[in-house]
This record gives sequence, C-alpha cells and structure tokens, in this order.
Amino acid sequence: MSSHSKAAEKFIADRPRTDWHNQALWFVRQKRDNMARSIPEWEALREAAARTKMHTITHLAYYLEMFERNATANGIHVHWAKDALEHNETVYNILKEHGVKHLVKSKSMLAEECGLSPYLEERGIEAVESDLGERIMQLMHQPPSHIVLPAIHVKRQEVGELFERELGTEHGNSDPTYLTHAAREHLRDKFLHADAAMTGVNFAVASSGAFVVCTNEGNADMGTSFPKLHIAIMGLEKVIPDYDALAIYHRLLARSATGQHSTTYTSHYKRPVEGQEMHIVIVDNGRSKILGNPVHRNMLRCLRCGSCMNTCPVYRRSGGYSYSYFIPGPLGINLGMLADPKQYSGNVSACSLCMSCSNVCPVKIDLGEQIYSWRQELDTLGLANPVKKGIVKVLNTALGSPGMFHFCIKAGRLGEKISPRGLLYCGANAWGRSRELPEFTARTFEQIWKEELSSTASCNTETARKGSSTNI
Amino acid sequence: MKVGLFIPCFVNAIYPQVGVASYKLLRSLGVDVDYPLGQTCCGQPMANGGFEKDSAPLARNMEKLFHDYDYVVGPSGSCVAFVKDHYPDILHKEAHECLSSRIYEICEFIHDVVKPSELPHASFPHKVSVHNSCHGLRLLGLASPSELNIPHFSKLKDLLSMVDGIEITEPSRVDECCGFGGMFSVEEPAVSACMGQDKVRDHMSTGAEYITGADSSCLMHMEGVIKREKLPIKTIHIVEILASNL
Repeated sequence: MSSHSKAAEKFIADRPRTDWHNQALWFVRQKRDNMARSIPEWEALREAAARTKMHTITHLAYYLEMFERNATANGIHVHWAKDALEHNETVYNILKEHGVKHLVKSKSMLAEECGLSPYLEERGIEAVESDLGERIMQLMHQPPSHIVLPAIHVKRQEVGELFERELGTEHGNSDPTYLTHAAREHLRDKFLHADAAMTGVNFAVASSGAFVVCTNEGNADMGTSFPKLHIAIMGLEKVIPDYDALAIYHRLLARSATGQHSTTYTSHYKRPVEGQEMHIVIVDNGRSKILGNPVHRNMLRCLRCGSCMNTCPVYRRSGGYSYSYFIPGPLGINLGMLADPKQYSGNVSACSLCMSCSNVCPVKIDLGEQIYSWRQELDTLGLANPVKKGIVKVLNTALGSPGMFHFCIKAGRLGEKISPRGLLYCGANAWGRSRELPEFTARTFEQIWKEELSSTASCNTETARKGSSTNI
Repeated sequence: MKVGLFIPCFVNAIYPQVGVASYKLLRSLGVDVDYPLGQTCCGQPMANGGFEKDSAPLARNMEKLFHDYDYVVGPSGSCVAFVKDHYPDILHKEAHECLSSRIYEICEFIHDVVKPSELPHASFPHKVSVHNSCHGLRLLGLASPSELNIPHFSKLKDLLSMVDGIEITEPSRVDECCGFGGMFSVEEPAVSACMGQDKVRDHMSTGAEYITGADSSCLMHMEGVIKREKLPIKTIHIVEILASNL
C-alpha cells in the first residue's frame, strides 16, 4: 500500500469527520463554481492566464531582471537565493543585521517550503504567523493541511479548546465571533511589538517593480505597517509582465480559491515608506530545474489558489496530512514528485484520474494528466508498487491473446463457483473489503456473437436500414 | 459506412448484455455493424496503473482488428477515451494515422454521427439517475463538465429523452467521480470505496430506481457497493435502455 493509501485509511476510519471535511471543501468548490459562472468570459480568462504565464516562464530571465531593475530603482533591496538554505540564510542575515527578535509573518507557502520558521526559531528569532488559520496551526504545532485554508480540518470546538489553553479564553466557548476577537487581541499585541514583518508575494509586477500581496484578514498590511523592516519572499515564477497581466490573475485568484470576487485586501508594495527598509528575496529552489522539464514545466504557472484541492474527491476524503509532501492534493502530488520522487512517490496513487482538477485550474495546468505521466515514470525510477507490478504481469498474460483471455474467463468462472466466500473475500482482496465482486456471466459477448448475432450481421443491411428512421 | 463494434474486456466477460444491446441499437438505426473476433482489452488498466508500455501490444492488436472499419464504436467512455488520447503516443503515430481519429463512444456516435430524431422502440417507464462518468465527460465531452463555464449540454440526456415513459434525474454533485479509477480502486481501497458509497447515496437521494451511464466500469463499481450494502437501487448501462424492446 502506498503511504497515502495507508494514511487515508486512518482518516476515513472516522467517517463522520471525513464527511464533514468533504462537505466543507465541497462548499468552497460550489462557491467557486458560482463565481466562475457569473463571469461570461471565464474560460477566455483562463486561457489568457495560461498563455500569459507560459509566455512569462519562458521569458523568465527577461522579466525577473526587469523586476529587479525597477524594484531596485524604487528603493527595494533585491536578493537572489538558489535554494531553501540560501533563502533562510539571506532572511536570517537581514534580521540579524537589524537586531530583530520578533518577526510577524503573513501566510507564505514558500516559507513552509524552505522550513523558515524552525530555522529562525533555532537562532532565537520568534516568527509569529498572523493569518488566523496559520496561527491556529502554529499554536497546535502542526503544519497547514491546505495551502489557502490551513486549518480547514480543525473544528471550531477544537479551536475553542486550543484558545482556552493558549490564550486563556472562556471554557467551552467556541463561538466563531468570540474566538476571532480573542485571536485579534492576541495578534494585535504581536503586531505592535514586532521588529520586522514578512510577507509572501502573490504577484511581482516586472514593469513597475512592485509586488502584490492578497489576504482576507488584512494581516499582511497590519504586519507591515508598524515595523521598520519588511521582507517579502517569492518563488521566481511569481513574476508577471505588467498590470494587464495582473488584471487577469486578480480576477481569477480569489474566485478560484474561495469563491470571492476578490480578496478583501489586495496590497501593492512599490517602495518603502520613509524610515522603513524593504527587502525582497527571489528564490529558485528547484524551479529552474522544473522549467527544463517539458512534461512538467506547466506546474510553474500555478497561482497557489488551492482550487485543485477543493475539487479533488480524494483530497476531500483523505485530508491534507495523508499526503507526505507539505502541499497536498493534485498540486502537491506533482510538486512533491518534482522535489524528490524517492521521498514523495507514495502520493501518486492518490488520484482516480477524474480530471476535475485540470478543469478548475485557473491557469489550465493539466494536473491530472501530469499525475498520469508520473505513474509512467515510477517503474523506471524503481519506485513502482510491487503488488501493482504483479497485477500488471497477470493482466499482460491474461489479455495478451484471445485464447488466453477466454481461458482466463473460464477459469475465473470456475474459481468463482468453487471458492468459498471466505477465500474470495480474504484480506488480500482490497476491492472486496467494502464492495461485492462482479460476477462472470455464463457466456461472453464473443460467444453470444458467434452463436446468435453474427448471422444477423451478415444479412442484408438494407433490411435494417428500411426499419430505421435514419439513413446514413 | 462500416462500423466495428469494440467490446472492452470486462464488458465481454461480465456485461455481455451491454454488447448485445449496443449491437442491436446500432442495427436498428441502420448502421452496418460488425464485431471483429479476437478482441481482448484496449490496454487502459495497465496504463492508468503506470505501465503504459505494457499497453503497446494490445494497442497494436486493436489497430490490426479495426484497420478496415470507417468507425469504431464502443460502449465505454473510459476505454474509448484511452484509445483516443493515448494511442498516438503508445504507437508513435499521428492521431489521424491510428484508431484515435475513428473511435467513438456509442452515445457520442449515435448523437453526433447517426443523429436519430426518435427511438420509436425504446420505452423504459422508470426513474433513472444519470451517472456522468469522468472520462466520458471530461475527456470525450459527452456533457458539459460542472467546472467549466460553457453552455449546458448532455448527449446522454438528449438520447434518454427519446425513450418513452422515462423520468430523468441527476445527483446533486452532478459529475463527482464514483471512485473506480481502475487500479485506484484496489491501491486506494478506503478512499475509492468511500467515494463509491457517497456517489450511490447521492444517486439514491434523487429517488431514482436506476443509475444509468455510458461506462460499465463506473456502474460495476457502484454495483459492488449496492450489492454489499443491499441498497434499493440498480445499475443499468444506457444502451440497455436505448435498446429496450429490440
């Protein structure tokens, strides 16, 4: 069994919770559908978004250098980091130079990817998450289970208990408004006493050297308003050519992610305010290698909206932690394989190839098709599931010739008849744990054809034509 | 116009009545249809499991068997989609040089090529819930997928609406996967079964007596759930309805 399959089984063992998780995310998918249908040119927008991203990632040096030039002219310090370690060192060095002890962060998947918070904490710098969901997960000492809705798997009663323990809220009070107020008070204190702020970057606009951060809680803005230092971090694929491109992506992002017209806050950072310093770290960490991979380079178009997770019937029923990569769902299956196939191949089974993800993706990444491609690579990488390999060997023999095919059906019929139920439904029968096996019929179609139908096929087809209302 | 009937392996062995209905339906519409002997499988099971290279001998056999037919028609969206989308890669040919350009799922063929205005024989006085199988839907375009903002259509419902006495409904999550997915069903048995159970219940909530669709594999999966849990709903392939009374 794959690592995902095992973890998923544990998650599903609590069926009411699985149903709740499934429904919570389906609700987000429905909100997204309503938004998509409210825009007549939705499909044209997706097409434009996909093409513009493709253009940008295939002219990456041009746009990144343009961004660097313009950002530098605006007074932003631009840094380049080739990998996670260099990113963490760069951020740490800036913080150290400024004597920072308390950093307030808005949500960034890149920081997760680089393991920034533990890196800083080991070096005596507190990094507080300011996004409510991220803060909940930080207080629970767990990673996010979804890239946009980090605490989607946590029930409000559990948040109530957590806040009672950590923030001293009333016992048994899990009213969302009450808890949100408590979180706000707690975070306000963190905002006021932070020495530096960190944000991610949703879009880096090459033509202006500005970057855009989208949040629903205003936490990025709150965070960057007080301290004298703002560090923004971005994967190098976050650059876009200009504001025309931004208009496309901005219309798609929140609609796809959460079914909102737009995020509540869309903040444009162009230059530091007087007395403030602004830094941006542009990170590769394997991205240029992905660009060199023609089958999978589409992944660099990703906006990190999370819609592929919300629609994924497997993700909804297995939860974010069933995936071994820090990003779950169809996106995570693919990015995990690009990061390290040996470590993350256990997620590749988590897909029924329903292809819904490819249809919701606002930048038309062929996520499902890419998972299919990864499956084809597993055997060459020495990572194929041996049981599956065995099944395929049996199939190859059974289906290899018509004689063998019909022999196997006969054998199957006999096996079905003489085997006791206990044997047919033994532990090795994964299908049979919750489903009855299909049964062979007395005659195959080929037999029926030979015995009954073939004679009618050779008769004059004109007879049939006369009896029909159509003529072709 | 000569049409070759493609009967997928599991239809041949488990659902031969679907093959018979397909044949009778095409004949009733005046189509010159033949079943070339010696068919086994299109190769999809191994490919979806990650062994596409093992599909090549089967693809070559399919090419050989159906070489002389103008159209190839099969009662399984998923198998047809596999031939259509993957044979060019597997056989290192252009789509127009291989079966991919000539193969149709049977409802698609009847709806788009034969275009009957009525099915005078067909009668099915029952309430059915339409199962929109993923590959038929998202790869072949048998209906508009719920994710896309395109005008609504359903070739399956168009055909079913020609059947006398039928009442047509759809589940609330109109095109959510049933969880079969070939080897997915045994490699991820917990998620797969959970999806199947959810899907059957969604169909049941319409009050339908039957779940019907264009893919026997999805119906087989849901049938497995229905029989295990002894649920009051049945499965039937759409061609069995369209070919009723033939």
